[in-house]
Amino acid sequence: MSHPALARDFIANRERTQWHDKALWFVREKRDRMASSVPEWELLRETASAIKQHTLSLLPDYLEQFESNAAKLGVVVHWAADAHEHNEIVLGILQQRNVRRLVKSKSMLTEECHLNPYLEQHGIEVVDTDLGERIVQLRKETPSHIVLPAIHIKKEEVGECFHEHLGTKKGASDPKYLAEAARHHLRERFCRADAGLTGVNFAIAETGGIVICTNEGNADLGVSLPKLHIACMGFEKLIPRAADLGVFLRLLARSATGQPITTYSSHFHGPPAGCELHIVIVDNGRTEIFRNPEFRRSLNCIRCGACMNTCPVYRRSGGHSYEATVPGPIGSILTPIQTPEKHSSLPFACTLCGSCTDVCPVKIDLHHQLFAMREVLDGKRLIGASKKLSMKLVSGVLSRTWLYNLLGTAARLSLRWLPRFLIYNPLNAWGRQRELPLAPKKTFRQQFAERQQKDDKR
Amino acid sequence: MSPSSRDQIFSKIRAVLPQSSLLPDLNSVGQWQTFVNPSARFADVLKFVGGEAVFVKTLAEADAHLRTMPEWNLAKIRCSVVSGLGDSTIDLNAIDDPHDLENVDFAVLRGHFGVAENGAIWVTDDTVKHRVLYFIPQRLAIAVPASQIVHNLHEAYERLTVGHHRFAGFISGPSKTADIEQSLVIGAHGARSLTVYLVEEMSKYEP
Repeated sequence: MSHPALARDFIANRERTQWHDKALWFVREKRDRMASSVPEWELLRETASAIKQHTLSLLPDYLEQFESNAAKLGVVVHWAADAHEHNEIVLGILQQRNVRRLVKSKSMLTEECHLNPYLEQHGIEVVDTDLGERIVQLRKETPSHIVLPAIHIKKEEVGECFHEHLGTKKGASDPKYLAEAARHHLRERFCRADAGLTGVNFAIAETGGIVICTNEGNADLGVSLPKLHIACMGFEKLIPRAADLGVFLRLLARSATGQPITTYSSHFHGPPAGCELHIVIVDNGRTEIFRNPEFRRSLNCIRCGACMNTCPVYRRSGGHSYEATVPGPIGSILTPIQTPEKHSSLPFACTLCGSCTDVCPVKIDLHHQLFAMREVLDGKRLIGASKKLSMKLVSGVLSRTWLYNLLGTAARLSLRWLPRFLIYNPLNAWGRQRELPLAPKKTFRQQFAERQQKDDKR
Repeated sequence: MSPSSRDQIFSKIRAVLPQSSLLPDLNSVGQWQTFVNPSARFADVLKFVGGEAVFVKTLAEADAHLRTMPEWNLAKIRCSVVSGLGDSTIDLNAIDDPHDLENVDFAVLRGHFGVAENGAIWVTDDTVKHRVLYFIPQRLAIAVPASQIVHNLHEAYERLTVGHHRFAGFISGPSKTADIEQSLVIGAHGARSLTVYLVEEMSKYEP
């Protein structure tokens, strides 16, 4: 289904749409407070962007450096061309060690690869341990946001879900009570797990280490009890030096949730004695993005979610309306590059307001890329007839001054004098949810001409 | 493991490498944020993220404070790796399986330095036998030499040798979640509280 069709279902519930909008705006405001409290914020963004650009320009060298340094630390590094190979590698590691129970912390990559259903088919119990992810897992949903997976779910619904699965009191909706129940439920899972799987926030070429950031401590608990840790990452997670973390860790949590830093920023350099650490480095379409100079910068992304929190379309249409692992502005670039047929409507779920570009901590030119993606889709003949027709009409009008003036006058007079039922007719999509403004008596051109006349007389 | 996928990825990337661009020199790009009173700022931010900073002169003073905490006194299983601060009901060195630390109620650990801008403390695995000790106890206290507060993360990384420890990291406040309707709940999976003792007379850790 297209984004507009799915968004229509979402906004059918007006009260819920507003609640969703507000919840995300609240996070956006927290981000603003944090960003403005750091005087060198813009310098940090520029530096982060420059580091990422540099890394991409020497990517093979840095990947090799990372691989050899990690190997020296006793890490086993695997390479996967696509989602299927990634899943096979993970399953292989688990099966070789007779792992039955796996605890996972948040990894959008494994969502992208649909790892959970694959492992479950092969008889492995997979427990997502991030609270938000556990909620969506129990509800048999997918995350609707990359940092706040359960942002679309109300506390009463969490209460119902936990009543069914964790045996909490019926009707309970106090977040404290529910989080406490989840703590007990998940501690049990942590303690009996045979292996822990995590994503990776940053991989350091110079040291061969990986850094994982969480607030809950779930990644750390998950990999510090069992003897096996598997970490999965896209190759764009690479940074050259440990000192670069000073830049990225200052930006990440401030941009994501408006915190000065995540509670835990854990640096793993090889497995502890007697344990194993495997790192799976995945392509799965990333080289395709890399190949394209126009969209390459989208690989700067550090998955903070700030572009989603600020996006007026995301906030009012919900993450699931994108039908993509990564929704929102960045998802509307990353996803259609890989599956243009299925996701051709995403770059149009955007008003080109540019707010995403303003908040992006690594300075991805998001709204420019969204615009460019529309052109790419047009080139592939993936833009619907109605959209193309209206574009043609508009360009026909805008390229003819007389026609533009004529239609402008007609529109002004109509808005002023026509009866409501004619203005708010079923064909007028702009009149569906809003009152159209009262047209001014004079056009801008008229006002401008009058001003100039006055000036000339002086 | 498939070597061909590795080669494929490398050759795909090498075929279209963008023009090289400079790696910024982090010491010269500009001025990073500093604070008039870094310790006070550290304490403020730590409070903001749900922790508590306690300024003391000696470890004995920290110990006296710890023993006034009901959470400490009610803790059945305790352990401390800082001599003179708290005590242990278990022998950490005798524990081989980290699962045996599941029921630790209160742990007293050591931090190397704090970061004023974000209330984070740098911890490493050489001060504890099992790294899970940073995450599994119900409550945590961490002692840090009061003189060891840096202004910002850049300064922090300048003094670190990252990769020196198999596990190391920053901890800023107790474990928390806001995954249910953006309501902040302290005590998600890890520690439910974090007390940081900033000790004037405490030497830097020498393993």
